[in-house]
Amino acid sequence: MRIVILGAGQVGSSVAENLVSEANDLTVVDIDPSRLKRLQDRLDLRTVTGNAAHPAVLEQAGARDADMLLAVTQSDETNMVACKLAATMFNIPTKIARIRSADYLSHPEIFSPENFAVDHSICPEQVICDYIAKLLEFPESLQVLEFADGKVSLVAVRAFHGGPLVGQELQNLRRHLPQAETRVAAIYRQDSPVMPEGNTVIEAGDEVFFIAATENIRGVMRELRRMDKPVKRVMIGGGGNIGRRLARAIEKRYSVKIIEYNKTGAERLAADLDHTLVLAGDVTDEELLRSENIGEMDVYCAVTNDDENNIMSSLLAKRLGARKVIALINRGSYVNLLQSGQIDIAISPAQQTIGTLLAHVRRGDCAVVHSLRRGAAEALELVAHGDPKSSKVVGRRIEEIDLPKGASIAAIVRRHDRPAASGDERPAAGNDHEVLIAHHDTILEPEDHAIVFVVNKRTVPHVEKLFQVDIGFV
Amino acid sequence: MAWLIAISPVLGIIAMAMSLSHLVPILTSIALGDGTTAVFAGSMALNFAAGCAVWLATRRYRRELQLREGMVLISLVWIGGALFACVPLLAGLGLSFTDAYFESMSALTATGATLLSGLDGLAPSFNVWRAELQWLGGMGVIVLVVAVLPMLGVGGRQISKAEIPGPMKDEQLTPRMTQTAKGLWMIYFALTFACLIAYRLAGMTWIDALIHSFSTLSLGGFSSHDASLAFFDSVAIELVAIVFMTLAGINFATHFQAWRARSVDRYRDDSELPYFLVVLAASVAGVTVFLSAQDVYPDLWTTLRYAAFNTVSVATNTGYATVDYAKWPVFAPLWLMFLGTFAACSGSAGGGIKMIRAMVLFQQVHRELARLAHPAAVTPLKIGGQAVPNQVVFAVLAFFFAWLATLVIVTLLLAASGLDAITAFSAACASLNNIGPGLHEVGPSTTFAGLTDFQTWVCTVTMLLGRLELLTVLVILTPSFWRK
Repeated sequence: MRIVILGAGQVGSSVAENLVSEANDLTVVDIDPSRLKRLQDRLDLRTVTGNAAHPAVLEQAGARDADMLLAVTQSDETNMVACKLAATMFNIPTKIARIRSADYLSHPEIFSPENFAVDHSICPEQVICDYIAKLLEFPESLQVLEFADGKVSLVAVRAFHGGPLVGQELQNLRRHLPQAETRVAAIYRQDSPVMPEGNTVIEAGDEVFFIAATENIRGVMRELRRMDKPVKRVMIGGGGNIGRRLARAIEKRYSVKIIEYNKTGAERLAADLDHTLVLAGDVTDEELLRSENIGEMDVYCAVTNDDENNIMSSLLAKRLGARKVIALINRGSYVNLLQSGQIDIAISPAQQTIGTLLAHVRRGDCAVVHSLRRGAAEALELVAHGDPKSSKVVGRRIEEIDLPKGASIAAIVRRHDRPAASGDERPAAGNDHEVLIAHHDTILEPEDHAIVFVVNKRTVPHVEKLFQVDIGFV
Repeated sequence: MAWLIAISPVLGIIAMAMSLSHLVPILTSIALGDGTTAVFAGSMALNFAAGCAVWLATRRYRRELQLREGMVLISLVWIGGALFACVPLLAGLGLSFTDAYFESMSALTATGATLLSGLDGLAPSFNVWRAELQWLGGMGVIVLVVAVLPMLGVGGRQISKAEIPGPMKDEQLTPRMTQTAKGLWMIYFALTFACLIAYRLAGMTWIDALIHSFSTLSLGGFSSHDASLAFFDSVAIELVAIVFMTLAGINFATHFQAWRARSVDRYRDDSELPYFLVVLAASVAGVTVFLSAQDVYPDLWTTLRYAAFNTVSVATNTGYATVDYAKWPVFAPLWLMFLGTFAACSGSAGGGIKMIRAMVLFQQVHRELARLAHPAAVTPLKIGGQAVPNQVVFAVLAFFFAWLATLVIVTLLLAASGLDAITAFSAACASLNNIGPGLHEVGPSTTFAGLTDFQTWVCTVTMLLGRLELLTVLVILTPSFWRK
């Protein structure tokens, strides 16, 4: 696939890094040559220096025969103009823009093909903010990922001593939870995957990924470990784009304090937020954390722009008694260093954003992609099309499907009373969805959404291929 | 004296325009044949001639006014306006100058304090004149000055800065001052007309309805009867009065926006409004409960009727009365006086410190307390979700101090000159907040006639200070204002 990426900032470079490994032809455009140089030194891609919203620059970047445009510069306006140019001048089929301003996002009509021609808009800050909000809602989990418009969730938890299931075989899970169906999609033991079988025993310290209908996840989680107290007090370190969004999203549900270093930034923040206590100060200032009762906090989230500050302040918060600390860490090597150490959850912004983009890059009909375990694993929501003849999955029992090693279908979302070709295009969020937890004898039907867990990312193309309809029968 | 020459032509034009307002009492006296036509015609001629002379003498020096000159102009409009307005009272009623000036200043500041008694026996045109002065004074003159001055080519923006009450005066309604003023004036006029019709339907005579609609919308409170609204003893009239006093207590800018957007939703954006309405409703309920507990009236219904009317009347600084509330157990009248100091919204004709300043002050206290608990906290003061700049907060604090100091000084001056404590305090409070009647010797059942000349002048000046939001007048008295 030929992809043009506009903007070589944090988002642009991590997207490039992820896509370059998948046999894509990448061209990265940025106004700052030094950033491009750094990128080119590491990765095999083409770079073009210039203003991403200028036709000549796009032309030079090969927009004429590009398959996809990813406009992820800092500026919403540049991204929108670039998409418009890509549509009118170069006819690029897929145009994705990073749009941060809520003002633009609240008027979706401006992204229509005859206007700014943005096919998909992404907002990395919002993705991270949603992720953290989910973690606050389920404080026991390490990660909560949603599929099929939130109908199904994939949840990662760490199994602890004392959880009812620890030391039990997986086949007992059903006995424990007769009414709530669930399936363990993967288990990671000391950072290496263990393929779950019926007789696999969950050990304390295991990272367990299970899938269940969203309304059931609390019950399942209770089986795996004792429940924590619900979160009441949250402190956020850093009032930048993410901190501000996060505070605004959660300030009505929790009692929130936010620390911002920049004095004018803090004032703007305080003017913006209604129920949050805004503190001006340094997130690594022990005195400040102590005087603001860090020890009483249920969750501390360090979300400044600076990795080292986030790490230091969350370590400090943990030592001063915060129950759970979450740190935003951009650098992959730091994430590997710190996960499952003193910092409870290290979030890599790039990993979070990349999934949203990957869904559009993937071949086949891919509804959602979540990148897991620092990009090593992936969870995909794939749509099965065609009939038993044209498709390798439709009409087959799950055990018959030739999935590569380490890949498993965890759940299926089936839409009932499909209005057969009546042209009824209701949004897929109706009540007529059924969540089926996959068993070996479940049969896939056309238009089923299958949630597939892939332990090894290298086998993703194989899985995608399975779900593609045979060309001859289209 | 360059400033005087610069503002004189404007003053002349205003005087000429104001002389036209004599037409209403002149028409009344012709229609009713009460024999006062000559008095008003003479006053009108004098007013017009004086204005014309000033204008002719100084019009060559007309130029764009500066901010400072604008402030002087506004004070002079009130001082001079009251001077001209008292001419018919001097000539027709034989009052002393002190009393006539007090009466006309009370009218033009929409205060409603009076030292006339036997109002029922007065020629109707005098009552019309007093009420009309209030109507002009309450918001009419404000809007007129705002509307007329720009049309004269005088820098409008500077003047409105001193004119429209309240700390949030920077919010602009329309790009042009003139348009805003016209819109406000139209709303004021429409509400007055609606009030006139409502009073008539509720059973007043046309002339009473006219007088009372004038004094209701301006939140002035002059009546054509000594007994005020108790004269009518009609629940319907009291309800009409309550509704229109409440409407007039709301920011007219909000009325304007709601009218322009043709939507009631705009009232929801007014951050003062909910506080104003809740304070009114809670006070009515509280006073009713208190009076019931004290068994002041035989039944709950009567208690509610009197409590509702008099509470709204005093809280909005109107000053009508249907009962001598000064005779209620002392908590209730004191509470009413207290309400009168802050309840009205900014941008209305009400007096006092206005609800929005009360909100700012309250939040400032809250903010200081938060700062004690969290020294690093950044706590902006927010009104309606918007952060208020510290500069505004300081201005409000300064205003509040000036207001409080004035209240104390006036109370002391009145007490020193021989009034008892309650009378001195309530007279100061009623004058400064443009409420009208006070308590005790200046209560709703009596008048200000019992005051000495000195006390009358003190009250006159206090009314002017209160009406022009203190600082507008006080700044003129500072030496730095006059520094070249």
